[in-house]
Amino acid sequence: MTYHNPPTTPRRSATFDEYTLSEIRRAAATGIYDIRGAGAKRKVPHFDDLLFLGASISRYALEGYRERCDTNVVLGSRFAKKPIELKIPITVAGMSFGSLSGPAKESLGRGATIAGTSTTTGDGGMTEEERGHSQTLVYQVLPSRYGMNPRDLRRADAIEMVVGQGAKPGGGGMLLGQKISDRVAQMRTLPKGIDQRSACRHPDWTGPDDLEVKILEIREITDWEKPIYVKIGGARPYYDTALAVKAGADVVVLDGMQGGTAATQEVFIENVGQPTLACIRPAVRALQDLGMHRKVQLIVSGGIRNGADVAKALALGADAVAIGTAALVAIGDNDPRWEAEYQKLGTIAGAYDDWHEGKDPAGITTQDPELMKRVDPIAAGRRLANYLKVMTLEAQTIARACGKNHVHNLEPEDLCALTIEAAAMAGVPLAGTDWVPGKKTF
Amino acid sequence: MNLSTPVAVQSREVNYAPRVFDLSETPLRELNQALHNVGEAGDEPAWEVLNPKGSHAVAVGVDKAVAVNVRGSVGYYCAGMNDGATITVHGSAGPGVAENMMSGTVVVKGNASQYAGATGRGGLLVIEGDASSRCGISMKGIDIVVRGNVGHMSAFMGQSGSLVVLGDAGDALGDSLYEAKLYVRGSVKSLGADCIKKKMHPKHIERLRRLLERAGITDVKPEEFTRYGSARTLYNFNIDNADAY
Repeated sequence: MTYHNPPTTPRRSATFDEYTLSEIRRAAATGIYDIRGAGAKRKVPHFDDLLFLGASISRYALEGYRERCDTNVVLGSRFAKKPIELKIPITVAGMSFGSLSGPAKESLGRGATIAGTSTTTGDGGMTEEERGHSQTLVYQVLPSRYGMNPRDLRRADAIEMVVGQGAKPGGGGMLLGQKISDRVAQMRTLPKGIDQRSACRHPDWTGPDDLEVKILEIREITDWEKPIYVKIGGARPYYDTALAVKAGADVVVLDGMQGGTAATQEVFIENVGQPTLACIRPAVRALQDLGMHRKVQLIVSGGIRNGADVAKALALGADAVAIGTAALVAIGDNDPRWEAEYQKLGTIAGAYDDWHEGKDPAGITTQDPELMKRVDPIAAGRRLANYLKVMTLEAQTIARACGKNHVHNLEPEDLCALTIEAAAMAGVPLAGTDWVPGKKTF
Repeated sequence: MNLSTPVAVQSREVNYAPRVFDLSETPLRELNQALHNVGEAGDEPAWEVLNPKGSHAVAVGVDKAVAVNVRGSVGYYCAGMNDGATITVHGSAGPGVAENMMSGTVVVKGNASQYAGATGRGGLLVIEGDASSRCGISMKGIDIVVRGNVGHMSAFMGQSGSLVVLGDAGDALGDSLYEAKLYVRGSVKSLGADCIKKKMHPKHIERLRRLLERAGITDVKPEEFTRYGSARTLYNFNIDNADAY
């Protein structure tokens, strides 16, 4: 009689999963850390973990196709002589010319303009394509100061002092040699083809007291006309927001860890900074503690994908949101039409993130003249405008269902959370309970 | 009014005396706004600023070829983003003097604090005393001449332009340097990553001679300086250079 010894099913480690194993092999083969674009890909508590309660007997709804639900937002009303007013509370975040192609930047400007919102420069200065096609353009002042000049400061509609970004709070930028074309090199005053490192700190100020003086200088140069934003990564949102307000910001831009970057170390993107959801309430609390909520506007970014995300961010206290990755997808990034080419690059549509290599089949994160011809700025701009309008309609739909005649009237009391983590981060009750973890009930 | 005299000529004659702003009586905002309102440089060519008493952002964003004399010491960012003016500080300057200058000339008769000439893209900054740390940080085309010494990390990540130091330089001179050119007459405490001593060729001596001349310095010879520049070994990432990062 033979004894049957059945094999066990092969078991993969949860700790050493397939991705981890491949990364160990890659590191061993190359001796360099993995660099990539985009934001955190790991699953973190997010807006999906929140639900709106909607109206019923105790709240009454607004008629979706008849009653008004406004979406406009004024930014910069604290100090600027010329605050900006946007039709929708969704802006396009800063992304550099250099990391993005000229046609991609033009597409963003066109789309934002059609939708009645702003777009933002990035770590490469202001291009004519972008200025010319953006009705409202926010000009970033970054540590590198590439392309910085007073003429562009004055041509801007608002100015954003970038202290950090969600993908890499505490980190600078990098643009590898493949993307330093003649034009990019000229704008950045660098030799062509070198790896360009953007500093992580500003060259002429350190700390909140210096920042206050730096903002004063920018205001004096621009005759106090422009709203001045301060952008922070999701590190210590309560204190950073408070210090930005103290330094004289008109607007605080708060970017959580799902916010994208053109190129940073994978280890940095996935392990530094807090999820967007965890950042909003502390920032709002800082504004409230200073009596500045709604006086200094808060723009939240990092993983905003649809109108529900917009509505949830506003309900938690933001005045507006910003989109980056989603805007790139709208203009054609990671589009399945280029699947065969993504596969040649060793990836698939939807997962392509080697934006630093400059080989983007979609022609967006590249400086290759042939590839960038694939972006038609008029058509791509139209797609972005469509997408922004859909998000706005979605946010309005939710706001009306909650009985609000302006999206800014959404409030935390309109929300509940599906998980304990999300309930704690958002400061709203766990669904079906009146329990807000971390909050004293009496 | 005599209609036979062109208005523009009258205006020049009337305004030829310096416009005087006493910052103990007039807000800074009025000074900067008036400087920004200058139509043509010839209309109001000379400006005097009295009692700055350490004020920040004095004469910032000036974009006409006017001459501004600041009588006293200033705080942060004096002459920031200057584009064409000649601004002289008859005193010492706080951090970030002439930051991001585009063109023109800024002269500091005393000492300058940190980040003098930071990210400057053009023009000439002359510091007749000493400059503190990070002088010329991230410079992008500006020429900086310091008669005294400079502090640590000067010309950090300098991309273009020249930093000339008649005295000594502190630690980590030219750290992570790109293509900025550094000339030091005295000692250098230490060089930063990727910054090396280079030979002074005749073209460098000639370039330095012209630069010293522009700065009004005639009592030293270009041959007395040592040139430093980028070794260019960190221009493209190489894991074998990891110790340098």
